[in-house]
Amino acid sequence: MADSTAKVHTVMGEREPLKDDAIVIEHLKIAFGPKEILKDLTFTVKRGEVLVLMGLSGTGKSTTLRAIAGLLKPTSGRVIVNGHSIPDLTSLELEALRRRIGFCFQHGALFDSMTVGENVAFGLREHTKLPEEEIQRIVAEKLSIVDLEGMEHLYPSQLSGGMQKRASFARTIATDPDIVLYDEPTTGLDPIISRVINELILDLQRRLKATSLVITHDLKGAYLIADKILMLHQGLPVFLGTPNEFQTTTDPHVVQFREGEMVGPIRV
Amino acid sequence: MIAFFEAIGRYVISILETIGGCVRLFIETFGFLVRGHWRPSLTVMQMSFLGVNSLMIVLMTTTFAGMVIALQLAHVAVQYGVGKMVGGSASLAMTRELGPMLTAIVVAGRAGSAITAEIGSMKVTEQIDAMKMLAVSPTGYLVVPRLLAMLIMVPILTLFSDISGLIGGSVVAFENAGIPYLVFWDSVRQLTLMSDLTLGLFKSMIFGIQVAIISCYQGLNAGRGAAGVGQATTSSVVMSMVVVFITNFILSSLMFQVN
Repeated sequence: MADSTAKVHTVMGEREPLKDDAIVIEHLKIAFGPKEILKDLTFTVKRGEVLVLMGLSGTGKSTTLRAIAGLLKPTSGRVIVNGHSIPDLTSLELEALRRRIGFCFQHGALFDSMTVGENVAFGLREHTKLPEEEIQRIVAEKLSIVDLEGMEHLYPSQLSGGMQKRASFARTIATDPDIVLYDEPTTGLDPIISRVINELILDLQRRLKATSLVITHDLKGAYLIADKILMLHQGLPVFLGTPNEFQTTTDPHVVQFREGEMVGPIRV
Repeated sequence: MIAFFEAIGRYVISILETIGGCVRLFIETFGFLVRGHWRPSLTVMQMSFLGVNSLMIVLMTTTFAGMVIALQLAHVAVQYGVGKMVGGSASLAMTRELGPMLTAIVVAGRAGSAITAEIGSMKVTEQIDAMKMLAVSPTGYLVVPRLLAMLIMVPILTLFSDISGLIGGSVVAFENAGIPYLVFWDSVRQLTLMSDLTLGLFKSMIFGIQVAIISCYQGLNAGRGAAGVGQATTSSVVMSMVVVFITNFILSSLMFQVN
């Protein structure tokens, strides 16, 4: 059995392993003015676990990810990542924590004034003293595994939407993050590339004991990668369990979502 | 009636929020500079984009400003027999007021709007959030180089403005009022003190900082979509101009007392 306290080797250097409770959310509430996006959310993600967030659009999945990343301040409740209360961190402390967090944005969010290669190399150039040849090697390797080999010199505007998404995925994993937040990483991608992305999520989990939160609407992909599935509805959790439990539960919310029924407790 | 006062209240609060936000951004940026996080290569790139590329339009604007000052001054001065003072008067106007202010206005319109549009577009496409998630501060990466570039380039542009304005003025003074070039430039030399030039350049440094901070702040706080970026860009230029005019008056009052 692997030593859970052994230091982890990454391109960013050696780092302490994550705490057992990598992400802890307690009674999280987020409101924009009078509109409550998240009403009362509580869950824990253990180190090395993949939690898939599911639910209709607008139920607070992306908001949850942004709160964990420190991009949104909670209205109330606690967001604890690797033992740090995110809203209480100073900007420098948050920056230090973010060096081990990766965020794969729904629409890529590639830097449009930089080439694809520069985008993927960005974190490495900012935070490591790796020689340029090594950075180029890592960039080429990451691009090759998302099937964008040799596209280092193209600008994001020269890529299709799906290619941008894959380049964004390559940028996210380039720094070997051990907490990775994926906002719909496979939406809009073909089934083969989706499978590749899902395998990469699992690879990060195996290699770095990475803890992942994945928003996806792809049930097949979710069953493949998830240790647990959390389903949200109108800012509240309605299901938390394993993929097997998700497939067999008789909870009417889950059944309606799973089967894609129009009639049920979820009003469209 | 209550709605009217509510609207005024909201407007005042939004202005105070913007001023507070700009001050906070300046302090944060200053913190990076103090810690030595200068990013020289990005600064040089911005100096070229914001400064060098603004040179032609600055020169055109100030040359014609200098020409119109000489046009107004020359005839009257010659009538009253003080044609010899036209060069010096135009020089004082250019070095103390018009050079720094016109340069700042042109830079706010050309470079400030470009800064806001670029950063605003990054904001609405989540590139700013992506930068934060890659553990890089947008203030350090985007604002510091732009502030340094403005701090260095606006005074240099102002120096060019002063010279081009006076060259334009000397041509008009000669062509319209027959004031010889030698007399014009001799008057410039006699009436202009080094302090007029340096205080003018000091003012332009302050304007450069203000335009950079306002433009970056508006970009970082742009609303959603293309409309949000457009609105932020307009606000950035308008606010920069108003702030430059107000600051110019305050600094000139202080300069006058110093002199």
